[in-house]
Amino acid sequence: MTRKTPPPGKPEEQATWIAEEEFGLLFSEWKARISRTMDADEEAASSQRSVWALVGIKRRGAVLARRLWKALNTEKRPLLYGEIDISLYRDDYHLQTEKAMVLGTEITFRVDGVNVLLVDDVLYTGRTVRAAMDLVLDFGRPRVIALAVLLDRGHRELPIAADIVGKVVDTQREDRVFVRLLEMGEEDGVDLIRSPGG
Amino acid sequence: MEETGKKLEWRRKHVLGLSELSAEEINVILDTAEGFREVSTRSIKKVPALRGTVIVTLFFEASTRTRISFDLAATRLSADVIDFTGSASSTLKGETLTDTAKNIEAMGVDILVLRHPSSGAANQLANSLSCSVVNAGDGSHEHPTQALLDIFTIRRALGKIEGLKVALVGDVSHSRVARSNIWGLQKLGAEVYVVGPPTLVPRGMAKLGVHVSHHLDEILPEMDVFNMLRIQSERQDQGLFPSIREYSRLFGLNSHRMKRVKPEALVLHPGPINRGVELTPDVADGKQSRILNQVRSGLAVRMAVLYLVGTRRDVPAEEKGT
Repeated sequence: MTRKTPPPGKPEEQATWIAEEEFGLLFSEWKARISRTMDADEEAASSQRSVWALVGIKRRGAVLARRLWKALNTEKRPLLYGEIDISLYRDDYHLQTEKAMVLGTEITFRVDGVNVLLVDDVLYTGRTVRAAMDLVLDFGRPRVIALAVLLDRGHRELPIAADIVGKVVDTQREDRVFVRLLEMGEEDGVDLIRSPGG
Repeated sequence: MEETGKKLEWRRKHVLGLSELSAEEINVILDTAEGFREVSTRSIKKVPALRGTVIVTLFFEASTRTRISFDLAATRLSADVIDFTGSASSTLKGETLTDTAKNIEAMGVDILVLRHPSSGAANQLANSLSCSVVNAGDGSHEHPTQALLDIFTIRRALGKIEGLKVALVGDVSHSRVARSNIWGLQKLGAEVYVVGPPTLVPRGMAKLGVHVSHHLDEILPEMDVFNMLRIQSERQDQGLFPSIREYSRLFGLNSHRMKRVKPEALVLHPGPINRGVELTPDVADGKQSRILNQVRSGLAVRMAVLYLVGTRRDVPAEEKGT
């Protein structure tokens, strides 16, 4: 969930951490591993039809999920797609003076019995994923909920782990990791914003 | 998560009327309501946003739909809701409104939703209580959530508010719905026309920047929206119009008049409808009517208002003014 912006004073130090080319490699490797995971499950569950849904956590997770869906949705293995907004499932209303826009959730398929792959850009405290799981369960009873994140930056505050991680990165708790995406009008890449004195 | 999207500012503790809200604040409510529409389509029609929040609906006037709509909105946000009907108990024993409200608040209430026959009742409670107050209609003053749902319905159907011509037809003098609509619509850039017999349109209306007409037929072809205000039969006893029949003939929408309106013009009514008075049944149920959309919009708008008020945090003193 959103961290408080560090107090003004010392300037923040922002640097490109993963450049465009490396980002491309990282994404395709991650995508291939997601594809293999879904295939493996298909074999394991071959007795019954195994349907996967890519569900992105708004906004950047949803952008990544849309990219994955475009690449992985085939006639042989059709994938369902959804986008979720966790702003109504937060645990920190009492800590926030400003809140994010309620963007709305779009899950138009029946969740019961489906394998839901949650997609997000950065895994940090795990609180967003907790909220996302609660939200998905309000739509029905999926067979499985799995988690794919592009970056795992550590500092978990809940017992949550990702099933498919693009890259584990080392950060300080107060740093901020910003995933830039073409679809949001940026150049693909990752910025690391070091907290002052961090 | 490093970033969850556009940030919005909502600092208001109370929602008392549209006269005090800015255009930005009105748009925050409408945009938030947009995000809530989908909740009512889920298999579990509930989100945990207001878990542990206690909401009391304190109604001193009968109102089925507004109360049900607030109750359902609060329930879908996982709040605990208690209904209190004013005239039924303590007020009959002579307790004042403020005393009644303070006693209810002392039980640990977070949001009080008030409907009261006196104009200004919600403002009075907002000044004397420490919980949030949401005005669900006070006398002939304001009914902010009704106007917000009217505006939300128009925005969804026509895609915008700015530049639209909206007619408020009927008993403008006694209508809190009309007053709230005038404030809200003007702030969002619509042109407001009030239409009714001279006895039911207050003299000062033109000062508010609205167009005044006493002839519905004159403005029919220009309007994008007709919001048909409810006529209360007791106004006839006060001599404000000669008969229901004459009122209906001059200011009611019927199929004959509908032939002269724009094909995309909307017909709204805050309900409950007097069929055959403000609208004939074929118009009320016709394809230009959005009356049931208004009811659905009402749920999303009230969820948005309760959510924004209920999850807001007091800004600590040292952050103020920054």
